[in-house]
Amino acid sequence: MGTVLTDAFKHLVADVQDYSEMAGRALLNLASGPRYFQDILDQMDDIGVGSLPIVLMAGFFIGAVMVLQTGSQFTRFGQTALTGDVVSIALVRELGPTLTGILVAGRSASGIASVLGSMVVTEQVDAMRAMGTDPSRKLVTPRVLAGILMLPLLTALNDFVGLLGGCVASVFSLRLNAVEFWTRAINALDFADIMQGMMKPIVYGFILATVGCYKGLTVRGGTQGVGRATTQAVVVASVMIIGADLFLTKLALYLGDKIF
Amino acid sequence: MTTSAQENDTSAIVAFKDVKIGFDEGDVLRGVSFEVAQRETLVLLGETGTGKTLTLKLAAGLLRPSQGTIEVFGEEVSAMGEKELLGYRRKLGFVFQEGALFDSLTVGENVAYPLREDRLSEDEIGKRVEDALRFVELEHTGEMLPSELSGGMRRRVSIARILATRPPMVLYDSPTAGLDPVTAQTIITLILRLRDVFGVTAMIATHRLQDGFGLANFRFDPESRRVLRLKGPGDAAARNDEPATRFVVYRDGRIYFEGAPEELAESKDAYLQRFLASI
Repeated sequence: MGTVLTDAFKHLVADVQDYSEMAGRALLNLASGPRYFQDILDQMDDIGVGSLPIVLMAGFFIGAVMVLQTGSQFTRFGQTALTGDVVSIALVRELGPTLTGILVAGRSASGIASVLGSMVVTEQVDAMRAMGTDPSRKLVTPRVLAGILMLPLLTALNDFVGLLGGCVASVFSLRLNAVEFWTRAINALDFADIMQGMMKPIVYGFILATVGCYKGLTVRGGTQGVGRATTQAVVVASVMIIGADLFLTKLALYLGDKIF
Repeated sequence: MTTSAQENDTSAIVAFKDVKIGFDEGDVLRGVSFEVAQRETLVLLGETGTGKTLTLKLAAGLLRPSQGTIEVFGEEVSAMGEKELLGYRRKLGFVFQEGALFDSLTVGENVAYPLREDRLSEDEIGKRVEDALRFVELEHTGEMLPSELSGGMRRRVSIARILATRPPMVLYDSPTAGLDPVTAQTIITLILRLRDVFGVTAMIATHRLQDGFGLANFRFDPESRRVLRLKGPGDAAARNDEPATRFVVYRDGRIYFEGAPEELAESKDAYLQRFLASI
């Protein structure tokens, strides 16, 4: 029993070490050539444009649901006008980035893990290395960079569409004025909120891309292994995003107090 | 592809010295030493799991030995860093068992891939891709995806991909595994052509004994464009300009036999006879 636990712990430490090394190298690769611009654009298209429909749809509905939930409470106190403030702050600070991170993790971390995993089991990654290409530069760095660049943009769109959904719900359900909702929503935000909301997705993009790449490139056990890696990529990336959210929120609140 | 100076040079360009490698399950190679001379073809035979593919991956620097040294082209591959290895591997060709073509790229893009990595001009790339695909008689497949090709065609494209970079040495990992006899013969003929037209040095891991003897007993004549039977071992004068083929048989992680094809064929060793009869 003791040996089993020790082995499991050793594997965990080795995994964390390998993951950190891969993630670090992915960033260091940016400092020197060769760079694969076409691959970066392809990945930005896949992670960014490809995730747009689910992010927008989910954002719209979550914004509307937020209004319905908070509105029903505010109605009791006759303060329905505050709905815009609450929904805006919750969306921009928390729900927008985290929801986008988890949605894109579900779509892209799994996609990255399955593509890279399939390449590993069919020896395409070895073939790449045999032809003198560094898989870290060709496969990992473009995906990580695309994740870091695309997640803040997706989050901004998610926030906007969420507020739009909130506006529609507040007009039709709470009978609020649309202009009043938008004015209150925008005025409720200050720079620290925006900073918090835009800082988080950068980290989430990094997490989901690196976890997807790591799980894909360390696949073992053929096609079954690819399936396992895909599932693990989504689970690990989602949990890491939620865990990182706690620390990022604390950091952002601290910075918000100190600087802004 | 090769200069006349290289053609005359018969010194070893691959040297394995007491190479060991193992994984969690135990050692796979337990002290392997051999050399491969310029323009020579080394056929690696052995039962499944005896380390034939590992040997090729070690030679290409895709894996590192746990002990021993590997020298290729006079450089110690086993001591190179990853960055040096990337440059070194560009001088090699590696044909993987299933071809290992990039399935998201067309056949033409696959063949062009190593050339784009070398930053050649698009005109030069286009010409080389066309030449390489013509060499493997698949010039009509340039726009097709690998999934649209048969297993044999994928391996021919894989040979075209390494041919495009014109490497002086090629490593073939079970190039005929899982192919029907006619397609397997096509692949062996291609390997013969690569050797006899471009003077390529080769290491071939294979399960099929007939592949090894096919390479040992035949040659491709570029002038008549026909495959001809080599003159026999008794014709000593003829052997000087004929490509040499040597066999290495692995058993339990060690070299059990190393020698010329005729020595293998005439061996009275019980294990070799049983092994040869079984493959």
